Amino acid sequence: MWVSHRRSLTVAVLIVGGPPLKRWATRPKVRNQRDFELWTLDLGLANSVSETSQPDTPRIVLAHGGGGELMQELIKSHILPKLGNAMLNRLTDGAVLGPVTGDLVFTSDAFVVTPLEFPGGDIGRLAVCGTVNDLAMMGARPVALSLAMVIEEGTPLDLLDRILDSVAQAAAEAGTCIATGDTKVVERRGGGGMILTTAGVGERLAEARLDTKRIRAGDCLIVNGCIAEHGLAIMAVREGFEFETELRSDAAPLNNLVEMVLSCGYDVKFLRDPTRGGLATVLADLADDTGLSVEITESALPITAVARHAAELLGLDPLGVANEGKCLMCVSAADADKMLAALRKHPLGAEAAIIGRITDARPPLVEMVTVVGGRRVVQRPYGEELPRIC
Amino acid sequence: MSDELADICERIGREVCIMEVCGTHTVSIFRNGIRSMLPPTLRLVSGPGCPVCVTAQRYIDAAMDLAGRAEVIVATYGDMVRVPGRHGSLETQRAAGADVRVVYSIRDAVELAARNPDRTVVFIGVGFETTAPATAAAIREAYTRRINNFCVLSAHKRVVPAMRALLEAEDVPLDGFLCPGHVSVIIGAQAYKPIVEEYNRACVIAGFEPMQILQGLLHLVRQIKQGEAKLDNAYGIAVKDEGNLTALRLIDEVFEVSDAVWRAMGVIPQSGLEIQQKYAQFDALRRFDLQLGADEDPPGCRCGEVIQGKIEPPQCSLFSQQCTPLHPVGPCMVSSEGTCSAWFKYGVRGTSRASKPRA
Repeated sequence: MWVSHRRSLTVAVLIVGGPPLKRWATRPKVRNQRDFELWTLDLGLANSVSETSQPDTPRIVLAHGGGGELMQELIKSHILPKLGNAMLNRLTDGAVLGPVTGDLVFTSDAFVVTPLEFPGGDIGRLAVCGTVNDLAMMGARPVALSLAMVIEEGTPLDLLDRILDSVAQAAAEAGTCIATGDTKVVERRGGGGMILTTAGVGERLAEARLDTKRIRAGDCLIVNGCIAEHGLAIMAVREGFEFETELRSDAAPLNNLVEMVLSCGYDVKFLRDPTRGGLATVLADLADDTGLSVEITESALPITAVARHAAELLGLDPLGVANEGKCLMCVSAADADKMLAALRKHPLGAEAAIIGRITDARPPLVEMVTVVGGRRVVQRPYGEELPRIC
Repeated sequence: MSDELADICERIGREVCIMEVCGTHTVSIFRNGIRSMLPPTLRLVSGPGCPVCVTAQRYIDAAMDLAGRAEVIVATYGDMVRVPGRHGSLETQRAAGADVRVVYSIRDAVELAARNPDRTVVFIGVGFETTAPATAAAIREAYTRRINNFCVLSAHKRVVPAMRALLEAEDVPLDGFLCPGHVSVIIGAQAYKPIVEEYNRACVIAGFEPMQILQGLLHLVRQIKQGEAKLDNAYGIAVKDEGNLTALRLIDEVFEVSDAVWRAMGVIPQSGLEIQQKYAQFDALRRFDLQLGADEDPPGCRCGEVIQGKIEPPQCSLFSQQCTPLHPVGPCMVSSEGTCSAWFKYGVRGTSRASKPRA
């Protein structure tokens, strides 16, 4: 009832005057037709593209994907200036990466986020971070990425430019590059914008000894910073919340942080980025994989007050909300404090915290000790979280 | 605080049974693991406080009937969308082409009507005295702005008559009530006086933060130990004695108190809010000349007993087997405030759900 209760009360109380409870004053507002449409469950379909530009804005047309002159121009004047590097500039059918000494790690991802741009990032940043982080969680250093873009006709070129800038920026942060790619244009389907697909090749670091079989009761769980921010930032934009400007996606490439931790020799046994399904899903997976229990402490979870209130207002459990720049690490107890100190010196780990530990309680479950000292089970979220009533 | 609770309960020397009436309390109790902190002799029972759960099946079927009409846009809060009716849910109807929109505020439904003059927007109005003022305000707005293609299927309910009905039925030996916070903001603390005076049961109004709930429980067991039944407002920061008079006037102006049918509890006198004659055109039942049919509850579903505190969810043979949040059979598993959903999501180690290995 949380949210909707407050929401409905917001209506009741704010309209007719009532007790001035500050938190209730944070309510969604309808500012224009678009917000309204976004509200009425067309969430997944909202077109963030067409409304934002003038009619004479240069746009993507079908011929941009046709393989002819127009496509050459798109590549030469928009893609290469932003993403270009020695491998990509050759415009060959594939990229030659050269030999590596460690094991190869290979991963692939698709991105369909709506809206395409959101506080703290956009689909381009997300695509790079998602793939780099998948490699990083395997203990791998990214060698090169591929980027395939499926763009809807009518997408403004300046939007594409901004997204390509983000791709370049995120790849630079991760110290990698787009080595190969593809562009297709599809007819307008009302879906809005574009779909990005990335793949990444990485080289596993010699120090990586990631294996859930090594996990024992007593091992500590560390997260590198505040949780739930990506998912909440997107939801806040979609729903037109007033606090949307304060919530920013945490999308960030974690490979440097992971490389630092592994190269220091800490006894890290497990790394996973809690994206869709949030921390709750990763913890539940961990309990399933190891046959051991997980105990986390609510008061130790790093989360901002804004995020906590936003989650409450949306009726979401922050543990089930997506992150794009967070990593859950399982490390032996002996190394936990040292590793925490090291993490906190890293820009992406300033708010790192030990949030719990592995126990041998039976049956294997994820439990949380709540702020008031109670205990409850933490489960994977079940599908779509519905907006609330009453 | 849990030590003090244990101490008092030990001195009471028998099982104490307290009902939390409100679904928000139920969820907060589970989310914060409060049950795990209580002494074994203090039993918490969830009550009929989830608006979706108490809505009788006949209203769900009426909503489905309306959604099936080409000229109708059904606007509803999200939780109603997945409640199974006789033939699927609003969600499955939407997938089959019906125009069903989830709104976050009833005002959106009014705007939807203003924007679609050639369609009729039917808002599914469920909820207690918390949402009723918003519905009243919306109806009045539609009336003043002459938005004649807007109407409400009103299944709004009043909390206190349901508490009274539970006590009359005497199925559950209740010692007291943890009274809802938000409803009480509207109806005021004094609304629970009859429960205290006529039925001699302790009533404590509490907020939704875990410490507020524990505080409320402490107030309750203290009363029970003293053998008293008092009305105690532990949420004075938000709840006044007389409630929110403006909101109450709004309810009075648009609705009239009527007998209403609840899921499994049958007709409870004076427990409903019917749209007044003056606003008859905004009443979906009258506008579409709808007759509410019989209630055909899903076979095997024991939500009716759950909302009355007669059984706990794991006692239902469907619970966590055929009935899960992904494939809910009854409303208590659908609604975010439903008791079954709270048990399923946040159970404690040792409850049947939590003991089962994950699939």
